[in-house]
Amino acid sequence: MELTIALSIGVLFGSGIWLILRPRSFQVITGLLLLSYAVNLFIFITGRLSVNKPPLIIQGEVVDPSLYADPLPQALVLTAIVIGFATTALYLVVLLGSRGLTGTDHVDGKERDSTE
Amino acid sequence: MMYLNPHLMMLPILLPLLAGAVMVFINERHHQLKFLINLSSTAVMLLTAIQLLMQAQSGLWPADMAVYLAANWSAPFGIALVADRLAAVMLLLTATLGAATLVFSYSRWSKTGVHFHTLFQLLLMGINGAILTADLFNLFVFFEVMLAASYGLLLHGYNISRIRAGMQYIVVNLVASLFFLIGIALVYAATGTLNFADLALKIATLDDTDRFILQTGAAILAVAFLTKSAMWPLGFWLPVTYSAACAPVAAMLVLLTKVGVYVILRLWWLLFSEHAGASAGFGGSVLLCGGVLTLAFGAVGLLASQEPRRIASFSAVISSGTLLALIGYGDAALLSSALFYLISSTLAVAAFIMLTELTDRIYTPAASVLALSMEAFAVEEDTQESAGVVIPAAMAFLGLAFAACALIMAGLPPLSGFVAKFSILHGLLDSNTAHAPLWVRWLILTLLLVAGLSAIIALMRFGVRTFWTLYNSVPLRLHPTEALPILAILLLGVSMVFTAGPLFNLLDRVSTDLQHTPAYIERVLQHPVVTTQEGL
Repeated sequence: MELTIALSIGVLFGSGIWLILRPRSFQVITGLLLLSYAVNLFIFITGRLSVNKPPLIIQGEVVDPSLYADPLPQALVLTAIVIGFATTALYLVVLLGSRGLTGTDHVDGKERDSTE
Repeated sequence: MMYLNPHLMMLPILLPLLAGAVMVFINERHHQLKFLINLSSTAVMLLTAIQLLMQAQSGLWPADMAVYLAANWSAPFGIALVADRLAAVMLLLTATLGAATLVFSYSRWSKTGVHFHTLFQLLLMGINGAILTADLFNLFVFFEVMLAASYGLLLHGYNISRIRAGMQYIVVNLVASLFFLIGIALVYAATGTLNFADLALKIATLDDTDRFILQTGAAILAVAFLTKSAMWPLGFWLPVTYSAACAPVAAMLVLLTKVGVYVILRLWWLLFSEHAGASAGFGGSVLLCGGVLTLAFGAVGLLASQEPRRIASFSAVISSGTLLALIGYGDAALLSSALFYLISSTLAVAAFIMLTELTDRIYTPAASVLALSMEAFAVEEDTQESAGVVIPAAMAFLGLAFAACALIMAGLPPLSGFVAKFSILHGLLDSNTAHAPLWVRWLILTLLLVAGLSAIIALMRFGVRTFWTLYNSVPLRLHPTEALPILAILLLGVSMVFTAGPLFNLLDRVSTDLQHTPAYIERVLQHPVVTTQEGL
């Protein structure tokens, strides 16, 4: 399981980094999405990988912490997903605005070989 | 008042949130009502900041720090917020600058688009929250609030150059936020905590594997903060963004870089103090080198700048570089000078940005074409009407305000910039050699002077071209709400000279607080939860 997770995070990061270095704004936003998936997975595994362990405990009972998953990274991931989603949506709006005003989807707002 | 006291420090976060939320529902036709709500909220924030500073100074708080446990969870588990002198000073700076830029925006920018006031309040909320929080993930959330509001404000007054700048600014900051998250995850993986005080406590006792993970995490976090504070290889977004944003927004953006510096100051000083065991002073040399390189980059960039906004941008880069170099230098005696410089340079650059909006009006379109062709062909100007030009009051005000801004930014006497620079130079010469080799000290010293010189050259060039030219036939009109904030900021710059003694006393206390990390850790972690008998 460690290998699968590590490989998938690596692949997501790799593709994300390649995509955000591309010149088209749609590629950049796809890259940002992939990167945020990779980061979310990364945060998730900082609570250590475990199978079939609930993150919640019943109040009032004395519990053995090793039987439970760490709930904090899961809470962090939730927050990070929401924030990442909102900011990416905002970028999408700017992307559309830029496409409408400049007539190109190049990240600089103009094609490289055009003469303004 | 005593009853309100523990909750008072939540006011700078909750009030702008509430004000911003209320203003969403008010139609843009009532922009004066919105302005009034915005202004009163900012004014209350200003009063709260003053009140917090007075309380921190009064000695009523144990260890001169107020701790607020959100939802009444004790410190390492819930989110803690801490108001100390440093936070109060930063809150005061934020509220002052916020009020000034808001009044400035009244006559033009607040009416040109939708939701200016809401975004403005949310920006203030994000900044205030980032200043007050004592939890790493909470810091991330407030940073995102601040950045999301700044994206909206940067695009305010939608045009092509703002969209272009906005695209780059948003992508850079989104990637920086991802770095922020990776850093948080690594820090949590190593220590199992995100509370600043708890982190500082646990760092000393980590084993080698965990220490390696933690330091990796801290370095990745630093990339996020240093991008915000525009350190050299990470700060290329800054001139484009500052040049594109409308004046009041650009003036607030100057503060955002300082929030990055503030976070580095607070976290680095707390986490990697001498109590951090093997991690003590981790990354100090990177901050120092980065600061020095930023300073050099800023000085060169300033010399090459023709447009006023680029001058302002590179002045902000220089001020970030100076602060980072001084923080990385690691001498606590320099901190108070650095903070004085932070306040003085932030205010001056913000005032300068607002001023450039007004000086742009001097140029009619025809005049700017003329100026361009003068650049290209070096046309000799005829000097027939040079004698006895009547200086109208508006031009005189702009000229004098520009001179004052320039004096502060370049660090020339008699204004606050000189006091700041002088005390930094004095502190550098006085500091003992334990922190860095002698040549490093002289390098910073030389670069500071060179940066001052290039500021003088760039500003003089701009001033001569703007105020000593003849082609302004259009009478210049200034609205009082545009002149007033600039005047107020510059008067602050003047009064900082007269109150330099008391101000330095305060800032010395701030730097003493920063060095007493055990007191901070104990204060936060030992803060008792409210029991039900005490009631609300």
